[in-house]
Amino acid sequence: MEKMSRVTTALSGSALTGRTMHCHLDAPANAISVCRDAAQVVVAGRSIFKIYAIEEERFVEKLNLRVGRKPSLNLSCADVVWHQMDESLLATAATNGVVVTWNLGRPSRNKQDQLFTEHKRTVNKVCFHPTEAHVLLSGSQDGFMKCFDLRRKDSVSTFSGQSESVRDVQFSIRDYFTFASTFENGNVQLWDIRRPDRCERMFTAHNGPVFCCDWHPEDRGWLATGGRDKMVKVWDMTTHRAKEVHCVQTIASVARVKWRPECRHHLATCSMMVDHNIYVWDVRRPFVPAAMFEEHRDVTTGIAWRHPHDPSFLLSGSKDSTLCQHLFRDASQPVERANPEGLCYGLFGDLAFAAKESLVAVESGRKPYTGDRRHPIFFKKKVDPAAPFAGLASSALSVFEMEPGSGSMSWFVDTAERYALAGRPLAELCDHNAKVARELGRNQVAQTWTMLRIIYCSPGLVPGTNLSHSVGKGSSCGLPLMNSFNLKDVAPGLGSETRLDRSKGDTRSDTVLLDSSATLITNEDNEETEGSDVPADYLLCDVEGEDDELYLLDPEHTHSEEPEYVLPQEAFPLRHEIVDTPPGPEHLQDKADSPHVSGSEADAASLVPVDSSFSLISVSHALYDSRLPPDFFSALVCDMLRFYAEQGDVQMAVSVLVVLGERVRKDIDEQTQEHWYTSYIDLLQRFCLWNVSNQVVKLSTSRAISCLNQASTTLHVNCSHCKRPMSSRGWVCDRCHRCASMCAVCHHVVKGLFVWCQGCSHGGHLQHIMKWLEGSSHCPAGCGHLCEYS
Amino acid sequence: MNRGGSSPSAAANYLLCTNCRKVLRKDKRIRVSQPLTRGPSAFIPEKEVVQANTVDERTNFLVEEYSTSGRLDNITQVMSLHTQYLESFLRSQFYMLRMDGPLPLPHRHYIAIMAAARHQCSYLINMHVDEFLKTGGNAEWLNGLEYVPQRLKNLNEINKLLAHRPWLITKEHIQKLVKTGENNWSLPELVHAVVLLAHYHALASFVFGSGINPERDPEISNGFRLISVNNFCVCDLANDNNIENASLTGSNFGIVDSLSELEALMERMKRLQEEREDEEASQEEMTTRFEKEKKESLFVVSGDTFHSFPHSDFEDDMIITSDVSRYIEDPGFGYEDFARRGEEHLPTFRAQDYTWENHGFSLVNRLYSDIGHLLDEKFRMVYNLTYNTMATHEDVDTTMLRRALFNYVHCMFGIRYDDYDYGEVNQLLERSLKVYIKTVTCYPERTTKRMYDSYWRQFKHSEKVHVNLLLMEARMQAELLYALRAITRHLT
Repeated sequence: MEKMSRVTTALSGSALTGRTMHCHLDAPANAISVCRDAAQVVVAGRSIFKIYAIEEERFVEKLNLRVGRKPSLNLSCADVVWHQMDESLLATAATNGVVVTWNLGRPSRNKQDQLFTEHKRTVNKVCFHPTEAHVLLSGSQDGFMKCFDLRRKDSVSTFSGQSESVRDVQFSIRDYFTFASTFENGNVQLWDIRRPDRCERMFTAHNGPVFCCDWHPEDRGWLATGGRDKMVKVWDMTTHRAKEVHCVQTIASVARVKWRPECRHHLATCSMMVDHNIYVWDVRRPFVPAAMFEEHRDVTTGIAWRHPHDPSFLLSGSKDSTLCQHLFRDASQPVERANPEGLCYGLFGDLAFAAKESLVAVESGRKPYTGDRRHPIFFKKKVDPAAPFAGLASSALSVFEMEPGSGSMSWFVDTAERYALAGRPLAELCDHNAKVARELGRNQVAQTWTMLRIIYCSPGLVPGTNLSHSVGKGSSCGLPLMNSFNLKDVAPGLGSETRLDRSKGDTRSDTVLLDSSATLITNEDNEETEGSDVPADYLLCDVEGEDDELYLLDPEHTHSEEPEYVLPQEAFPLRHEIVDTPPGPEHLQDKADSPHVSGSEADAASLVPVDSSFSLISVSHALYDSRLPPDFFSALVCDMLRFYAEQGDVQMAVSVLVVLGERVRKDIDEQTQEHWYTSYIDLLQRFCLWNVSNQVVKLSTSRAISCLNQASTTLHVNCSHCKRPMSSRGWVCDRCHRCASMCAVCHHVVKGLFVWCQGCSHGGHLQHIMKWLEGSSHCPAGCGHLCEYS
Repeated sequence: MNRGGSSPSAAANYLLCTNCRKVLRKDKRIRVSQPLTRGPSAFIPEKEVVQANTVDERTNFLVEEYSTSGRLDNITQVMSLHTQYLESFLRSQFYMLRMDGPLPLPHRHYIAIMAAARHQCSYLINMHVDEFLKTGGNAEWLNGLEYVPQRLKNLNEINKLLAHRPWLITKEHIQKLVKTGENNWSLPELVHAVVLLAHYHALASFVFGSGINPERDPEISNGFRLISVNNFCVCDLANDNNIENASLTGSNFGIVDSLSELEALMERMKRLQEEREDEEASQEEMTTRFEKEKKESLFVVSGDTFHSFPHSDFEDDMIITSDVSRYIEDPGFGYEDFARRGEEHLPTFRAQDYTWENHGFSLVNRLYSDIGHLLDEKFRMVYNLTYNTMATHEDVDTTMLRRALFNYVHCMFGIRYDDYDYGEVNQLLERSLKVYIKTVTCYPERTTKRMYDSYWRQFKHSEKVHVNLLLMEARMQAELLYALRAITRHLT
């Protein structure tokens, strides 16, 4: 508010008005500058030099300063500046090295005042002293800066940057005698106008040319520089050594930089190449521009804030031959379009999730969901890093940590290592794998293996234990069966609201039976959506409203009676009885398929009861009618595989696929198989189980997979003399023309397998060395080393 | 491995069974006659180069580090007269041939071959045919442009323009190449290709300008002799006046003449430096001077062409073409003066509107990372390279001379610097030098030893090599500027 009042005083009572508008120029602009009264702007370019009045609705051409019949190079402007004290005084820098001053007060048509032709090369920049009426500074490609007194014919003093071209010169706004200059080699120099012999201070600001700099209008020591290295840096010059206080990374080289009036941390930039937009940055937030103006169709070459105390009007000139006035409120704000959601897995399986706060608020009506198997859940809200931008974009961050051990995948590693996939009869493989699974406490999987054995091997061989096991399993089936009937009765009433009920959690307490089935459903649900952020989403809404806290969420169903809680896998055997069910009527079978295929939650929820209802029939059949041809079961087995795959246990799916081989392969489409294989191989490789992964690749029947082993089989060798890679042939170096590997026995070049002793590094043809070492224990090269070959 | 054991003595070196050698490679080479002179260059006496070399450990290190072939080739030997520059040169060349880049290695060499073929530079072609095969290129491509994928073939147009009349490149050419389709180029690939093309066009200028001799093949000493074809190669063409010239330069009157020449040049430089402040040419005058330089460059060679290219030479030219032309199309397309009579409307390229430092660099670096820095360093290096000597004189500021050379090359490609007085070119560069510059940059294949010898007779060979480096880099920059400007226009 205080600032606002200051603005009005500065504007002497009349606030600036206007709108976003543009006008067409006849030629590309190179630079623009605004008059002190904020009502006129001068545009200069190679073939344009005009003054426009800024009116409410449009720009009006006021004066064309390019007079004379013949175009002169003196008028080909690289830069233009309007004196901030004297409204009638302008200066231009010409590409041919001339500095021209213009006096609008001259009565004649030609307003040209003075001509300084002291620079040998293009003048890149001119700058008037902010308070002194007659002092003009110029910086040129020839590496010199010159200070002119407009009352005299030639320069007062010359400053040599001792380097290549000067790209920008700027008088300090606060320190009367100081000016900064930037150079093509990346340096910034600070000069005292009274001491032309040497600069006060010099430091390297950028990698490559520094195209521009700008002193902060209020902060005495702050200098912003922009360079070809796509950076804008803000330097604090008050300290002994220039200190970089802020750094903004843009997407293209920075051609101009201008601090925004009345906004301490804002600055506007435009680029010289590729990028046509003008950005306004908050230097404290260096990654997302605060505002963006996208009007121009070609690179913006000049920007200027219309009034030194008004932050809302920005003028710009461009190579596309337009002059624009941008209103800050019309700017597009990239922050709004930013996507403040993020999801990331930590090294140890932790999950971090950030979402827009508003998004979280919308979903806060949802009830807690705690079916997740990862029991302890930490949730915290991060302190907003963008405090000054509150409301623009802030997101809540949640972190879910794994319980130590719960995320352990040791069972996966063990299983992968111990499973037998080939090389033995099917029955043995199944038994072996079942045993492995059982030892690892994965009874369900063990069960499956046993069943596979029953299905595909002759029934007489089924050992008693296995039988009893499945019988036991069968009896346990009674429970879910009843369950499902129960549910079935309710189902029509629940209809599509199954999911809703589940999440509400109060229906859960109705009956124990219903509860357990509900848990089953939710568990499945969770499995199916694993990897997507839906569970995380639920978790987020759990704890809405309790910010800034890091706390432990107790999983809601801490009913001690529930076995599912202790061993979550226990929930699944219910499903697994299905495996050995003979198929029911065809249409029902189809239905049972659908949840796996579609994966839709609602389907799964409503169909589970249907499945289990058939498990009753199934058990009895499996035990007494196992002489059905194995083909009979293949559809079911495929189902089972899909089920496992969807559960995330792709290991099981692939292992069974490999073990059963031809028996089931034809029933699953190639693409699915390939998908399983690739995911399993990927997993194996993540756990560094290279051998297993290779075995799987080898055993796979899918072409796309087995060719994985054929890729990148090249072994690159370096020459032993010059240490360069040998590009064409593996045995002779193109550079030093020597053969890299000689056989110590036959003294010929080894082109194939080369063995060498790690002790003395002599070696040769595999055959030769083997033969040699049979007869002698010394190195064939005669070095005296006792080589060993094993 | 059971072959080739016939000469046990060679075991210390290495054994190569004959069928391990790629017989093919020799077939694809363009046959070259043995050079008449020894050493890396036909223009520069061997001892000049070799002397400089033995002292220089640095060069060997650089070759070790950055050379793709792994040996000290003739170009490197001649360039090693300027070690500082050699480093930037080899680094950038190594980067564009071997380091991360959008194009596969064999393609890079093939593009180099295409570029060199525009100037019938058999030296570079042979070199890159080797490298092309070594990096696993498809040998069939070497049969000519018809055998390469359409995509590479499409590059032919831009290669042609870039080599001879870069000002004709428009954004339409770029659009045609990057237009989505089966054979389209991505922008990074295109930029890589353009950099390679420009580099090898310019390098061809250097090769001819310095009279680089064909590499003495290590194979030759092994008893495989290339069939030499009499008076076939361009390098011979370059050597045509060997004896005659030797007598010319050796004669006394020549020295006297050139001494006064040198004095006069230095005098002019001094005068120009002093006069700068006094004499103020009007803008019109400046423009006319540029136009005049541009136009004059028209006559510079046309007179000389007749002189040094009698009818028979042109016939030779045709034969060479047939051998090399399989890599190019439209072999008749050549440099045409920017300021052709009657065609005044071609717009002058204003250097200040699209400079390498501001615009070119950013674009190149954006699309083909890091090459910008290397090229930037190379341009800067060659522009600022000086030993402050001129022939026998020391402590001379040669900035003016270097700038005149650089800008004169750009002038011939229609690039004008607002802040340069083209009158200087006229004062500093004598006619024979202008002839040489024009030939080397525009028709390098026509360079003769006489041209090389006829200018700056008092100057050292290393200084003349320096001139060649300047011409080469100026040419490369000019080509790049035009190509990059077209790409920029395509982007906006």
